[in-house]
Amino acid sequence: MRGSAYSMSQSSTAYKYTWRLPLLIWQAAFFVVPLIFLVVMSFWLVKNYRMQPDFVLKNWDKMFSRGYFWDAYWLTLGRAILASVLVSVVAFPASFALAFKVSDTTRRWAVFFLIIPFFTSYLVRIYAWQVILAEQGVINAMLGAVGIGTVTMLNSGFGAMIGYLTLTLPLVVILQTFSLAAVDRNLIEAAWNLGCGRARTIAAVIVPSARIGLILGAVFCFILSFGDFVAPYYLGGSKPPTLSILIIDTTKSGQQWPRAAVVAICMIVTLFTVAFAAIALAYGRPKK
Amino acid sequence: MRAALLIYLGAIFVFVFAPILASVVFSFNSDRFPSIPLGSFTLHWYETAFADESPIREAFRNSLIVAVCAATLSTFIGFATAYTDYRYGFRFKAGYIALALLPPTVPLIILALAMLAWLSQLGLSGTLTGIVVAHTVLGAPFAMAVTRLRLSQMDPSLEAAAWNLGASEWGAMRHVVLPFCLPAIISAFCLTAAVSFDEFAVAWFVSGLNKTVPVAILDILQGNVDPQINAVGTVVFLTSMALVTVAQLLLMAKGRKA
Repeated sequence: MRGSAYSMSQSSTAYKYTWRLPLLIWQAAFFVVPLIFLVVMSFWLVKNYRMQPDFVLKNWDKMFSRGYFWDAYWLTLGRAILASVLVSVVAFPASFALAFKVSDTTRRWAVFFLIIPFFTSYLVRIYAWQVILAEQGVINAMLGAVGIGTVTMLNSGFGAMIGYLTLTLPLVVILQTFSLAAVDRNLIEAAWNLGCGRARTIAAVIVPSARIGLILGAVFCFILSFGDFVAPYYLGGSKPPTLSILIIDTTKSGQQWPRAAVVAICMIVTLFTVAFAAIALAYGRPKK
Repeated sequence: MRAALLIYLGAIFVFVFAPILASVVFSFNSDRFPSIPLGSFTLHWYETAFADESPIREAFRNSLIVAVCAATLSTFIGFATAYTDYRYGFRFKAGYIALALLPPTVPLIILALAMLAWLSQLGLSGTLTGIVVAHTVLGAPFAMAVTRLRLSQMDPSLEAAAWNLGASEWGAMRHVVLPFCLPAIISAFCLTAAVSFDEFAVAWFVSGLNKTVPVAILDILQGNVDPQINAVGTVVFLTSMALVTVAQLLLMAKGRKA
C-alpha cells in the first residue's frame, strides 16, 4: 500500500463518519429511545385520556394482580412453546429432504421460493386460511364429500397453530436446511460404517452436528409466535386473549398505554430469557 | 424412503403456497363464501375494491409513498452500515453490529406500541412520516445484510488500488465501491420496499387516518367475510413477490467479479 493516501483503517474523519453515523443516529432516535420510553411510560399515569409523567408502580400492580394477565401470559407462553416444537418437528423431514435428497440447484431454488412468502402479505394468507378452514369452507366441503361431517377448525388452538405454521414454517425450514446441509458427510459415512441404522445416525450424528441451526429455527419460531397477534386473533378466535391481543385491547380501546407497556416489557423480558437460554444451549458444551 | 421424503417436501410446499393460490382463485370467484365447487368467474371484487371512491385506492397511494421513502432511507443506512463493517474496525463494533441487526427480532406489536408512544411525543403519530420512520428502522437491517453480502465478494485491494492511482476516498467510493454494490443496492431497495409494503402492525398503530394497504386490509378483516380482500391481496401478493424475486435474482447473479 506504498504511497497510498489511505489504508483500510486510516481514513478522513468526515468520510468515516458519513458511513458510521447514519445507523447510530437513526436506530438511537427511533429504535433504542422508543424502547426506553416504553419502560419510562410504564410508570406514568393516564389522566383525562392523556399520559402524564409520574413515577408510580400502579400500572405494574394493576396488571400483575389481574388474573386475566396471568392467564394470557401462560396461554401465550404455552402456545409459543408448542408452536416451536410443532414447527420444528413438521419442518425437519422437509429440511432433511432438502439437505440430503436433492441436488444443490434444487435446494437453491427451494430456498428461493421459501424466502418469498416470508415477505408476502401474512394478513391475506391468514384470511385465505379463514376461508379455507371455515365450516362452509373448502376443507369441510372435501371432508363432506367423503362422508365426514363438519369439523370446526377456526376459533381454536388448532386454528392458531395453523397460523403460526403459516408465519414461521418457511423460515424454520430454511434455517434447518442450511445447518443440515453443512453437516460433515464423513461423519455420516463413519456412523454408517460403524453400523448405525438410519434412526441412530440421525439421532446420534446429524441432529447434534446441526443443533445450532435447529435451535435457532425453534427460537425464531418462538419469538414470532409469541409476539404474533394475527393468528390468535383471526384463526384462534381472540378469546381468551394472548399477550399481543391484550396489548391491542389495552392500547386501542382503553387508551391505557402505560398498562400496555407493562405487558410489552414482560414479553421482552421473556423473549430475552428464552433467546439467551437457547443460545447457551446451542453454543454451549459440545454434546458427546 | 427418498420418495416418501420428497412427497412430504411437496406437501410442505403445498401448505406454504396454498393460501396464496387460494386467494388468487377466490378473487375471481363469484361466491361470497368460496368453497368447492367454485362459483363462476367474475371481476366484481376487483371493480369494488378499486372503484374511484374506494378507500383502497387511497391506501395504495399511501403505501407507495411510504414504501419508496422507507426503502430509500433503509437502503442508504444499510449501505453505510455494511460499508462501515466491511472497512473499519473500532471499539464496540460488536455492539454496533448488534444494533444494526436487532430490530427484526423485536415483536412488531411491541415495536408498534413503543413507536406509537414515542412518535406521539414527537408529534409524528398519525402521519405518513411516522410510518416511514418506523419502516426504515425495520428495513435497514435487511438492506445492511444484503449489501454486506455483496461487499464480502469485493477484493479489498480494489479500493486501495484506486487510492494508489490517485483517487480520493470519495472518488473511489463513487467509481469503484458503488458500481460494484449496485446490484445489491437495487436488491436492498426492492426488499425493503416489500418489507414496508407488507408491514401492518406498526403501520396500524401509527397511521391514524392515513392508512396503508395492509391497514386497510386489517380494517376490512375486522368486519365480516369480504372477498374484496382477495382482490386486494392478489395485487399485494404480485407486488411483493415481484419485488422479492427481483431482489433475490440480483443477489444470485453474483458470479461476475468487478
